[in-house]
Amino acid sequence: MAHIQVPEGVPGIRSLVMFRPETGKYLYDLAQELLRGDSPLSQADRELIAAYVSKRNDCFFCMSSHAAAARCLYEGDEALVDEVLRDMERSSVSDKLKALLHIAGKVQVLGKEVTEGDISAARDLGATDKELHDTVLIAAAFCMFNRYVDGLASLTPTDPEVYKEMGKHMVKGYNLPPKQA
Amino acid sequence: MPHIPLESHLPGITGLLEYSKATAQPIRDLTQFLLRGPSSLTEAERELIATVVSHGNECTFCTTAHTAAADLLAGEAITAQKVKENIETAPVSEKMKALLHIAALTRQSGKSVSEEAIARAKSAGATDVEIHDTVLIAALFCLYNRYVDGMGTALPADPAYYGVLAERLVNHGYTRLPQGYEHLKK
Repeated sequence: MAHIQVPEGVPGIRSLVMFRPETGKYLYDLAQELLRGDSPLSQADRELIAAYVSKRNDCFFCMSSHAAAARCLYEGDEALVDEVLRDMERSSVSDKLKALLHIAGKVQVLGKEVTEGDISAARDLGATDKELHDTVLIAAAFCMFNRYVDGLASLTPTDPEVYKEMGKHMVKGYNLPPKQA
Repeated sequence: MPHIPLESHLPGITGLLEYSKATAQPIRDLTQFLLRGPSSLTEAERELIATVVSHGNECTFCTTAHTAAADLLAGEAITAQKVKENIETAPVSEKMKALLHIAALTRQSGKSVSEEAIARAKSAGATDVEIHDTVLIAALFCLYNRYVDGMGTALPADPAYYGVLAERLVNHGYTRLPQGYEHLKK
């Protein structure tokens, strides 16, 4: 059971933003801008960063839902998502994306963990300022979302089919659910 | 040196928010609502939550800035300092101790927030909205602290910068200055 009285049967962050739409509105605006807005990183890669950080934060809801969205967005290459979640370093994503995921993993631990060496390694593989920025901010934002979802003990479905459906909706964008009746 | 080129007259978070205005907008709006919007927690109490989390995350810029804002709002510099040293012995109400404890647990991990910590806050009189906002403020500062340090932003060259910043956070708030920040260039 959630720590506070959120609408019953509604999973994850959706239940929390229905409880408090005043803050939910901005949280969804941020997710939309970070994951669907202008960025040199593809939407699939951004969802993958979100899923990877959520996995490291042990947030099953966010990991499963963003992994499902990433699988939809990678279309034919959806196996990449599972490879990264299993063992990022050995996955078959590009070296540049690996370097960015490595930075995201450092951000998950603490901001200070990101070193000049991590940044220059990513730059040597072609990462731009904006790609570095977006990677760090997505990772930081999921350190917020994950804590929000689990810190209030929101409902976490276990059925993979539920997340598959969720992923399809997330691909269309992040919109605040209607206020409860 | 920051990891990407940022305006040198805007240390800490401000240079980042100016670098990426599209993502800055919802972050600023969320912060303005959580820390300055209508709430049964005072602005000073909400700044203490930001301070405790930033301190735990070892983010010098955010800790110093929010300590300064909390001090200015409270009209004294003892409470924020004591809260950073030890929540349980700090001169705050039982309810605030319980909420700050929840914030400290949220900082560690969402899963660390225990039934006991929640029950303690509720029995000290905390409402669901207060618990919600405490967790979200703590989570939001886990974003800020990682953004500020993960991008290697600079600390202000002059410590007086924090006083000016605290005044802006208290008198103006967290939204972007309508005139921008060019006037801060020396």
